[in-house]
Amino acid sequence: MSRIEKVNDYVVRFANVNGTGSASANNLFALAIYRMGVPVTPKNIFPSNIQGLPTWFEVRVSGSGYLARRAGIDLTVAVNGQTLVQDYNEVLPGGYFLYDSTKRLPDECRRDDLNVIAIPLTQLCNDAFTDPRLRQLLKNIIYIGALAQLLDIDHGVLTAAISGQYAKKPQLAESNLQALEIGYTYAANHFAGACGLRVEPQPTSGESILMDGNSALALGAIYAGATVAGWYPITPSTSVVEAFERYANRYRIEAETGRKRFAIIQAEDELAAIGIAIGASWNGARAFTATSGPGLSLMAEFLGLAYYAEIPVVLMDVQRAGPSTGMPTRSQQSDILDAAYASHGDTKHVLLFPSDPTECFEMAVAAFDLAERLQTPVIIMSDLDLGMNDHLCAPLSWDDSRRYDRGKVLDAAALEALPTRWGRYLDVDGDGICYRTYPGTHPSKGAYFTRGTSHNEYSGYTEDNTIYRRGMERLARKWQTARDLVPAAEATERDSETIIGAIFYGTTSAAALEAIDLLAAEGVAINLLRLKAFPFGPEVKTFIDRHRRVFVIEQNRDGQMRQLLIGEGDFPPAKLLSVLNFDGLPITAATIVDQIQPLLAAPDPDGDTEPSGEKP
Amino acid sequence: MTFVRPSFRHPQQPTNALGYVRKDYEGLISTLCAGCGHDSISNAIIQACFEIPVEPHKVVKMSGIGCSSKTPAYFLDRSHGFNSVHGRMPSIATGANMANRDLIYLGVSGDGDTASIGMGQFIHALRRDLNLTYVVMNNGCYGLTKGQDSATADRGSRTKKGAPNPFESIDLCEMAIQLGAGFVARGFSGDKQQLVPLLKAALLHRGIALIDVISPCVTFNNSSGSTKSYQYVRDHIEATGTFDFIPLQQEIVVQYEEGATQAVTMHDGSIIQLHKNVGGVDVTSRRRALDLLEAEREQGRLLTGILFLDPESEDTHAILNTTLTPLNQLTQAELCPGAAALEQINARFR
Repeated sequence: MSRIEKVNDYVVRFANVNGTGSASANNLFALAIYRMGVPVTPKNIFPSNIQGLPTWFEVRVSGSGYLARRAGIDLTVAVNGQTLVQDYNEVLPGGYFLYDSTKRLPDECRRDDLNVIAIPLTQLCNDAFTDPRLRQLLKNIIYIGALAQLLDIDHGVLTAAISGQYAKKPQLAESNLQALEIGYTYAANHFAGACGLRVEPQPTSGESILMDGNSALALGAIYAGATVAGWYPITPSTSVVEAFERYANRYRIEAETGRKRFAIIQAEDELAAIGIAIGASWNGARAFTATSGPGLSLMAEFLGLAYYAEIPVVLMDVQRAGPSTGMPTRSQQSDILDAAYASHGDTKHVLLFPSDPTECFEMAVAAFDLAERLQTPVIIMSDLDLGMNDHLCAPLSWDDSRRYDRGKVLDAAALEALPTRWGRYLDVDGDGICYRTYPGTHPSKGAYFTRGTSHNEYSGYTEDNTIYRRGMERLARKWQTARDLVPAAEATERDSETIIGAIFYGTTSAAALEAIDLLAAEGVAINLLRLKAFPFGPEVKTFIDRHRRVFVIEQNRDGQMRQLLIGEGDFPPAKLLSVLNFDGLPITAATIVDQIQPLLAAPDPDGDTEPSGEKP
Repeated sequence: MTFVRPSFRHPQQPTNALGYVRKDYEGLISTLCAGCGHDSISNAIIQACFEIPVEPHKVVKMSGIGCSSKTPAYFLDRSHGFNSVHGRMPSIATGANMANRDLIYLGVSGDGDTASIGMGQFIHALRRDLNLTYVVMNNGCYGLTKGQDSATADRGSRTKKGAPNPFESIDLCEMAIQLGAGFVARGFSGDKQQLVPLLKAALLHRGIALIDVISPCVTFNNSSGSTKSYQYVRDHIEATGTFDFIPLQQEIVVQYEEGATQAVTMHDGSIIQLHKNVGGVDVTSRRRALDLLEAEREQGRLLTGILFLDPESEDTHAILNTTLTPLNQLTQAELCPGAAALEQINARFR
């Protein structure tokens, strides 16, 4: 019988029924490994459903720190009868299959290359606990206990995690610890040495954190001083505003009165949600909304208004698999073009592409500064994988000397001091950005009529073609200013002579980095460019120009970023080659390598040499 | 319609208690059709703001799209205005109001902007009891697109195009009362005597105040078959009563016969004195208000005046318990938890 023997390098999959509390048990498992200093990547692959449907939770353990999802399951914990056979069949040869043997394994499960670990989870749980609600939860903890024994997870780490989780409910902590012990003891008595996978503690700086991107976005909004949120619940963005409310209730309560220094309005729909954010921003409060694809579609009209009337607004788009309702609980990077050009007419929006929770935080803070500096919508392009899964990342940091950039706003004194007539849309600095005023600032100066209709420099209605055109050209000039202000793409040179480059962004980054390491091991050198924002800075052109062949790796069907690069950067399309994953699951390094290899063998569109990546 | 407004003003033109003259509340010259009811409403708004008085720059004017939504350009030049997108004024007003609770929010909308494309936003602004005076300039038709029936057009009513409207009409006032609005009134653009005090009371009401103003469209919906023509409205109008609005500081000088009046004290101490016309109306009873509206409708009459008033109503800020300091005036020190707090947050994710 073959056995996978590995230390700190494998994937454990949990197959559960949703609504049974399995996610918190599975997170506990990931947390324990993380606390042993071993990099982990948990991915919750869940249904658009509340209770009763199959749900999976994958934890990749990678001592070398590769944080992308990896296909191929080394160990499955199967507690869902509905998918038992499928789960059984999907384990790698030589892998391990832990199942609830209270019911016997179906007859069709007859692989001879699998190590079966039969533990009567339900039986053990029912023998020990009587409360039916608790039973359901504790059954999950029993298998965590068994895994602790099988994988050699530090017992103290697990018990500390449980005690921490139930610090306020000591009785619950006690039953959880008891369940953990039941699983551990059963595995020790029946399956000692049965598993060839092991966790070995690794030294760690203790700095990094395990956090979900949506919490980080919410914290970014808190730290940026956002006070108004308009929103409409939609998976996978809901937890952004929920986290914002949680943190606001902790950090934004007026001590003397208990009153709130924030206002969250759950709107009737996404149209209103962004309208609320725009209205508040227009009136001088930092405001935002969070949504996903279907909401973005609905917000398009208002985004056009905010672009044309030049009102700052921050929109957090936690992308999911489209089109239409699509797969609401699966991940994709497929709103790129929709977000870049949302709304009719000539509109363009500033986009930011965070790739981990640390960047979610930083970019959320930056988004408010950028939106107010540029007086335009800024859209943060997160996705379900980044937003709802925990990611190992650098700790969030804040410099207390940092000051918000509230942009060009005139107060009463500034209005008084103006030597010439003020015009809301008068560009006096040449950067395309004009000065604005908040309502109620001055008794007789600075009032204007904000409109989505064509306007002159003083915000008066006009149908004069010359004035209209002048305004549109100024907005184009402002777009150039944006190019200098947004975060630059991050280029990494692996080989100064290679003619191959790879461009990626957001949650594709971890898999892309791993794939490039895998290809490097095969002798293919690829330089990297991680995009952080749209509009693209000059460094993007420099990177593409200096490589003969550039892979654009992303998670959608139509190569949306590639299209955006071609459209905005005027690059020869044949040079940019799409590497795509769009099945809704987070992209893996293997997917990228499998697609890049045949492309490497194809003839060079611009020359007669094979773009092998080897030095000429 | 005149395009030039004389700049001459009477040297002794009256000033209000804040030292402003009426001109300080005016706006640009209207570009609406001559005789448009909306212009009368704009004038009533100017008059009401002058009389209360409010500081012009402390008012925020919001609107959607349509003839009605153009009017904020024609009054209160010193106020910031926001002409948003079709049917979306309430959400812009909600956000703006959340940002600064100290200003006075005046929303102007039309029947298409409110009862059709903006119905969702309208009813949810009511539910939230947003501190907003919501004026609907209701002419029963789409003016800017040349006279199509709107959702407030009465069944059977005919615009200039001639075909009777086959669909049931929406009564915005009934809807608002049902949804919990604290101030619901109906006016007529041709009755300034009634409209000005209605606006004054609405502007000082805390929470949402809806005034549905029947405002005939002289170009497309003023024909003999229309129930929103000047003639028809004048022939069928019925008022809940005449009333005076007495701001807090002013003394009540006129005494009315006991039993015929109802005094309603508003949140700031202002008083509305109602002189009842229609069978002993109690404007603070929601159910009575709905009954009365239905009864008058059955009679083919158009009931105007204050239809419902809840002087105790709260606004969104009170419901949310937001700080009394306008949110847009909070400082970075009050908003940003700082580096030390972030270290503690990081620790919770380890």
